[in-house]
Amino acid sequence: MKSNLVDGVVKYVALPMVGAGCVVLLWAVASSSFATSLPSPLKTWEVSRPYIVEPFEKRGELDQGILRFTWYSLIRVAKGYTLAILLGTPLGLLLGMSKGFTNTFDPIIQVLRPVSPLAWLPLGLVLFQESEPAGIFTIAMCSMWPTVMNTALGVRSIPQDYINVARVLKLSAWKTLVKVTIPAALPYMFTGFRLSLGIAWLVIVAAEMLTGAPGVGGFLWQEYNALIYEHIILCILTIGIVGFLLDRVMGVVERRFKAA
Amino acid sequence: MAFIELSGVCKGYGSADKRTPVLEDVNLSIEKGELVSIVGYSGAGKTTLVSLLAGLIKPDRGTVKVDGKIVTGPGPERGVVFQNYSLLPWLSVLENVQLAVDQVFPKRSASERRSHAMKFVEMVNLGPAAGKRPRELSGGMRQRVSVARALAIEPEVLLLDEPFGALDALTRGVLQGELQRISQESGKTMLLITNDVDEGILLSDRIIPLGAGPSASLGPATTVDIERPRDRKELNHDPRFRHIRLSVLEYLLESGKAKRAERAAQDVTEAKAPLPETKSQAATSKPVQIVELSP
Repeated sequence: MKSNLVDGVVKYVALPMVGAGCVVLLWAVASSSFATSLPSPLKTWEVSRPYIVEPFEKRGELDQGILRFTWYSLIRVAKGYTLAILLGTPLGLLLGMSKGFTNTFDPIIQVLRPVSPLAWLPLGLVLFQESEPAGIFTIAMCSMWPTVMNTALGVRSIPQDYINVARVLKLSAWKTLVKVTIPAALPYMFTGFRLSLGIAWLVIVAAEMLTGAPGVGGFLWQEYNALIYEHIILCILTIGIVGFLLDRVMGVVERRFKAA
Repeated sequence: MAFIELSGVCKGYGSADKRTPVLEDVNLSIEKGELVSIVGYSGAGKTTLVSLLAGLIKPDRGTVKVDGKIVTGPGPERGVVFQNYSLLPWLSVLENVQLAVDQVFPKRSASERRSHAMKFVEMVNLGPAAGKRPRELSGGMRQRVSVARALAIEPEVLLLDEPFGALDALTRGVLQGELQRISQESGKTMLLITNDVDEGILLSDRIIPLGAGPSASLGPATTVDIERPRDRKELNHDPRFRHIRLSVLEYLLESGKAKRAERAAQDVTEAKAPLPETKSQAATSKPVQIVELSP
């Protein structure tokens, strides 16, 4: 029991801190030797301090506490991600259920799937004339594909037995979908949802950088232009930590569904 | 006219040039209320036969008729107990049965449907496990749920596809007893597919061997004129039982031997290396063992 606790502390606390320490050390060495314009860890902390200790402070449109910026970004991601799920899930179900639909639409999906957010955003701006909907459009267009592909895979992987049960009972198409297809494909769908959320969070930074919207990405780009490089590092760390936490939360939800 | 009628049914799989014939000229008629067993080798096409009757697949030639009507698709008037239970894992025992009940009796009230489903869960002695998920149940319990689900929709025919094939011998015995009781109480028309000759004789009014595949067809039917309820232990000493078992086994062994000889001859004419015999040997080893075990 006791050795389990020690093992856990070593595995999940001590070793990760050693890893992070190594990176900080490398960073410090780099900033004091060859990469002279890279702010040192200590300097980064000093300059970032007001943004961290007063995380919800609003001093100006693009001068706000880091969690306040994060909150703006999360709201934007939530909108785009919701749209992605609402579009991606039915699309995936159709792909999984109909061979004809797959033959018709799979090629164009495979062409659109690898398109970068940097390419979608200008199109969004042209379409909507405004940065906010353009950003949401970009997030949705980039992040829906894992949901589409995994939902389709989940539907295709439903055991023939379950389908036979539905056929013998003569369940209607709708009932088969609700009572058999979706519950059977749900574990796959959640994998898709998790991957989609990861991409949505990746895309938000690009979208905000290009539109200058207030958020973590917008702040990062502004501070680059203002030559406050310490804040770039603060933003990178924030983006990473938030992305990590989002993935963990979705991972827990996903496991819950897989176990059920 | 018989309640279930298969005439000249052929079924194969694969495209025209690579077709594997499974069933060839299968003729079968079952009267209303009769329980007929079909005993055959693994892979001889027993599941194909059930799927044809269930309407899950269509015959290449010949007709399948139930109650005078040609079977064109699946339907709840033909309940199926699948070999691998086919329970929906995200539903509880009661919910699995209720899904079927809700679908087949939409006009009844919700509480009526619930008590109807519960009645069948209790009939297979699973009342205390009604709220459990399939993965929390043993194989025998799962198969009971499957039987309850098939019976709860009050089908005219119950098709059982090797229902106890995956169970250990003791559980098998218990479930055979339950099926015997259910069959007598309900008087339903049933078709039992099995690879166990003893099980076939124990439960049915008539037993029919399905010859070895490919191109399997049905052998001569034997009426099991042993009074019910039948007891497994006593049955072993009954000369009628031993006689029926011997004749069914002999038919199966002969047909297996003939098929192997046929295949060997084909291999020689096609000047190919002889096929490894593993599969046909595995298929025959089971009945042979039973013969040795007989008293």
